[in-house]
Amino acid sequence: MKIRRKSDIQSSEITPEPIFRGRRKWIAAAAAVGAASAIPIARLFDDAPAVHAAARLGPLKTSRFSTSEPRTTYEAVTMYNNFYEFGFEKDEPARNAHTLRTRPWTITIDGEVKKQRTFDIDQLLKLAPLEERVYRLRCVEAWSMVVPWIGYPLSALIKQTEPTGNAKFVQFTTLHDPQQMPGQRVPLLDWPYVEGLRLDEAMHPLTLLTLGLYGEVLPNQNGAPVRVVVPWKYGFKSPKSIVRIRLTEKQPKTTWNQTAPTEYGFYSNVNPTLDHPWSQAKERRIGEFLKRQTLMFNGYADEVGALYAGMNLKKFF
Amino acid sequence: MLPRRLEATRIARVKAALFIVCLMPLGLLVWRGFTGGLTANPIEFITHTTGWWALSFLMITLAVTPIRRLLEMPWLLRLRRMLGLYAFFYASLHFLMWLVVDQFFDWEAIVKDIAKRPYISVGFAAFLLLLPLAATSTNAMVRRLGATRWQLLHRLVYLTATLGVVHFWWLVKKDIREPAVFAMILIMLLGARLVTRWRKRALPLVSSAQRE
Repeated sequence: MKIRRKSDIQSSEITPEPIFRGRRKWIAAAAAVGAASAIPIARLFDDAPAVHAAARLGPLKTSRFSTSEPRTTYEAVTMYNNFYEFGFEKDEPARNAHTLRTRPWTITIDGEVKKQRTFDIDQLLKLAPLEERVYRLRCVEAWSMVVPWIGYPLSALIKQTEPTGNAKFVQFTTLHDPQQMPGQRVPLLDWPYVEGLRLDEAMHPLTLLTLGLYGEVLPNQNGAPVRVVVPWKYGFKSPKSIVRIRLTEKQPKTTWNQTAPTEYGFYSNVNPTLDHPWSQAKERRIGEFLKRQTLMFNGYADEVGALYAGMNLKKFF
Repeated sequence: MLPRRLEATRIARVKAALFIVCLMPLGLLVWRGFTGGLTANPIEFITHTTGWWALSFLMITLAVTPIRRLLEMPWLLRLRRMLGLYAFFYASLHFLMWLVVDQFFDWEAIVKDIAKRPYISVGFAAFLLLLPLAATSTNAMVRRLGATRWQLLHRLVYLTATLGVVHFWWLVKKDIREPAVFAMILIMLLGARLVTRWRKRALPLVSSAQRE
């Protein structure tokens, strides 16, 4: 087995400290002058700090599921996030997620299982060999990234609990704590955030229980300390900072589906032929100028197409 | 009020300063461009920012009349054209970002976007309605049209501003707080005009503030 050593090349892409400190001085001066200005004006000046000091994970297995496409920079992956629990703008999670306490942390798995189990984060880190999986990430907002995640198949975790014959679906619940997650003080979504998959989707080898990225433990703004990544579905189907996994017989409720059922289906597979209110035919890969064509199932059709054989994807969107 | 003779030079100075101030949002974008502060998705950031300023300048332009009436400062009207043209300037940048940079002349996608997506149809209509207003903004055009017809034409701005707010409201995914603030401001600005009309009817005498 080839053990992959991660070089430190990514840190060179981060703004050097003296530069961003200097920038911050300037920002402070500007902020003082424009104290009476509206929030969007302040936002124009304010850069979120790039923090790149997380603990490294390893050794990591490589995976045949990894794409060889160029990776999106660490800076973009960690400073351009949709994580409404920490604010509704893309730059807010990077600035606000420091309030999240990622230890101690447990995930409880219950519902249609023979053995209800609770795992703490150290157990989760050791449950199966960690792999690096370089996946495409396609957001429903028509932008995309390539992210080197670290984790192992979610199936390894679910198998520990021996699902019963009734188990057909899996529901994930994100932490609900407005103290740590300031965005939850605003009733914009019905907190806590919940997501769900069909059991066979959850057991698919591509579905990753994710504990890190770029060789390190997950930064808070990316869903620390543990999340799920489902690369053939729109990004909101990959829930962050999970505390509970529940196996169910009936299709569970999911947050965006409840918010706007005509726009966000339960399946939400990446599908360039099905429009949202906006077109899904193309996407902008972060760091690229021109848009590129979006691929069916985000380019994972060979791996996951069989899960949906014979299904009307227009109806089950 | 200041004496008339002094007013003209002061107004010229105020206009020069205002011209620079109104360029600041663009200046900030350029500054961010050089310092790498345009986020990981610069095209989206520039599109959203210029759209936000276009709408803001529309609101500021619409605020001129109620404010000059309220403060009885008729000379404020002299600033209105510049503010309106800045609204058109930022709306043009916003529109071109979408047309040229975002869609990159993919005409099929552009036509489909305009026809099928209500928030784009509405935004596109708002931009089209700004064109005749910008084209008839010169003194010569006001003379050619005559004050009454010119004023009638420029009432289109009420529709444009409304469509602009609807455009913003429909495009946000969930957080409608900001579009709601714009909507409230717009309602206040249009409401102020209704109040003036109602008062005019009640008092047949035209007040000094209305005389230009």
